[in-house]
Amino acid sequence: MSTLVLSRLQFALTTVYHFFFVPLTLGLSILVAILETLYVRTGDEKYKRMTKFWGKLFLINFALGVATGIVQEFQFGMNWSEYSRFVGDVFGAPLAIEGLLAFFLESTFLGIWLFGWEKLPKALHAATIWLVALGSSLSAYWILVANSFMHQPVGYTLNEAAGRAEMTSFGALLGNPHVWYQFPHVLFAGITTAGFFVLGISAYHLIKKSPDSELFRRSFTIAMIFALIGSGTAGFIGHLQGQYVYKIQPMKIAASEAHWETEDPAKFVVVAGIDQQGGRNTWELTVPRALSFLLFNRWSGEVKGLSDIQAQMEQEYGAGYHMPPVAVTFWTFRIMVGAGALMILLALIALYLVWRRKLVRARWFLHLLPFAMILPYLATSSGWILTEMGRQPWIVYGVLRTEDGVSPVSGATVLISLLAFALVYAALMVANIYLMSKYARQVPAAETH
Amino acid sequence: MDLNTLWFILIAVLFTGYFFLEGFDYGVGILMPFLGKDDKGRRLALNAIGPHWDGNEVWVLVAGGATFAAFPHWYATLFSGFYLALLLMLMGLIVRAVALEYRSKDQNPRWRALWDWLIFAGSLLPAFLWGAAFANIVRGVPIDASMHYVGSFWNLLNPYALLGGLVTLSAFILHGALFLSLKTEGALADRARNTAVQLWPAVVLLAVAFLLATYPVTDLFAQRGGLPLVLAVLCAVALLVVGLFLRLRRRGWAFALMGVTIALLVSFLMSGLFPRVMVSSLDPANSLTIYTASSTPYTLKVITIVAAIMVPVVLAYQAWSYWIFRKRLRRDDLLEY
Repeated sequence: MSTLVLSRLQFALTTVYHFFFVPLTLGLSILVAILETLYVRTGDEKYKRMTKFWGKLFLINFALGVATGIVQEFQFGMNWSEYSRFVGDVFGAPLAIEGLLAFFLESTFLGIWLFGWEKLPKALHAATIWLVALGSSLSAYWILVANSFMHQPVGYTLNEAAGRAEMTSFGALLGNPHVWYQFPHVLFAGITTAGFFVLGISAYHLIKKSPDSELFRRSFTIAMIFALIGSGTAGFIGHLQGQYVYKIQPMKIAASEAHWETEDPAKFVVVAGIDQQGGRNTWELTVPRALSFLLFNRWSGEVKGLSDIQAQMEQEYGAGYHMPPVAVTFWTFRIMVGAGALMILLALIALYLVWRRKLVRARWFLHLLPFAMILPYLATSSGWILTEMGRQPWIVYGVLRTEDGVSPVSGATVLISLLAFALVYAALMVANIYLMSKYARQVPAAETH
Repeated sequence: MDLNTLWFILIAVLFTGYFFLEGFDYGVGILMPFLGKDDKGRRLALNAIGPHWDGNEVWVLVAGGATFAAFPHWYATLFSGFYLALLLMLMGLIVRAVALEYRSKDQNPRWRALWDWLIFAGSLLPAFLWGAAFANIVRGVPIDASMHYVGSFWNLLNPYALLGGLVTLSAFILHGALFLSLKTEGALADRARNTAVQLWPAVVLLAVAFLLATYPVTDLFAQRGGLPLVLAVLCAVALLVVGLFLRLRRRGWAFALMGVTIALLVSFLMSGLFPRVMVSSLDPANSLTIYTASSTPYTLKVITIVAAIMVPVVLAYQAWSYWIFRKRLRRDDLLEY
């Protein structure tokens, strides 16, 4: 296999793996901060025990998020050096600022929080976990500023002589409309992840009738609110994001809907067999007019098809194949939306049961929730695969093609690193899941240290 | 002073901060399996760096990010050229970060022993590799006219680079021993001090050999009107004074002087490198400089403003975190890790 293919595989592996841990860090840091704030406000020791219980799981997850995040900082240079040369003037700044503004905050205050229980006044101690949460969210914003430049390059000019993109407006980079859809979408996905994580584990303890089930009833209620607000908001923003992406990357939307020919009004393809070479669906289940409605909020409106966009891009960027892998984008989109819809439904059922005080008797639902913990992971992973694969064959949309960004290192070299990452990451995942399930099953300790 | 020079200095400062802070963390990680005679002793060593190691590690991430932002070609050439060496370093950093958090979360002695050795290896690799990397940067590696590294992994394995790696490795172990002797009380602190005393002559020997080898292997001493030579001599002197304070049992001073030694080592290398950022062994004209490798003045201005605001804030809260945990740790203290 070529350096390009291997480098893409490795980037996919390291990034999707990294993002197994990020959403939980984003959401759970806020949840733990809320619990500790409740403890400080009420003086109720139960909240302290909950803070420590969920805080422990937060740490087990956080360690892998940080460790795999280091790779993200290095691999642009290692595997994508020509990309780094081309965009460094624009792309490097948000990365450096992420470290300076977010990583330092997150890591330093996590150390203080973890070791500082007996050293700091209560309120100040609670403030440190809020700073960790702030650091995590800031980190997400800055890395997405960088990522958004790849989807919607703004605030730059092409310097032909130097052969690179150069920043002309830092403000435009920060205000990139793309990041202002993407950042809240990711943030609320994180809140959803934390919600379902805590719901699943709390449900487990409520079924087992663990001592102190009061702790898990309270956790359940807070997590239910997280799941509800998170999944609803992430879904709503995701919808707006889809409408927006149609304006800037119509190809990605057409591919994720397997929409081959321009239509007005456009039908929505629910499921289909995709024949990319033939440029058609071999079979499909459709809803008339629905795609127009999804994109324009009315039952008509022209939606450009893949073949027309291909022709249009050939005119604009020259001959070549400009389509992303349609089956991948089509199905990852369906997995993301399907998992998202299921989470909204589950969150609504949870709301109803808590509201009508029927939760403890609804054992079928409590038995279901531990399995639902997988849903946010399915949604976030497929969401990333969708958005990054849907950008192909571009590494910076409309500006630089992926094949022109790869490092001049040998395929064998990248194969070595790919195997090394795969092995080490698999081993660490085993350790992570082992510790997670061990601590998730434990009954929160009575207040000892 | 132009912004290119400022960012060269800032990156040198970030690496200095990283080597100073993570230097002792790595040293502690390497010494922990040996100095901690039992599980409690090993936990004591790890808890001494417990609140800080994660924040300390960010220094290298920011150094990397700053290199990317200010000198994209430096970042691109260095990281793609030193690919396999960096892969080793990454593996070390990844397993170490996880190991520190996971080792005490299970009682099983085999679980703990496994993670302890991963902490050891994950500390050893970067401690060695950074020295080797900097030695290679100043010695020169094959870089062609289009700023591409055209050598292989084996070009990086030369005696000077290996010596450089041993210098940082041994210096960080000494630094870690001094930190433990300062930060803990009781038998562990005593063992750490004894180790420092025994280790010190080896560090002196390696450092002096490295400084001497720098003369024939590189052109550093011919740069900047001899400033790198002065800094190299000062570095050696500071290291000798570390030995003096060790003998006088002034733990705090010995640790501080070791920090000065590390800062002078980086200053000596970076001042000799300036205004280049990577030396080409093929043709001096191919060397990357702070001007050929840099971002535009606009980008440099943006990150300068952000750094001017944020660096003091970061320094303040990191200093505060050391203040909170200033007390020496004892075996009967509550240990998180």
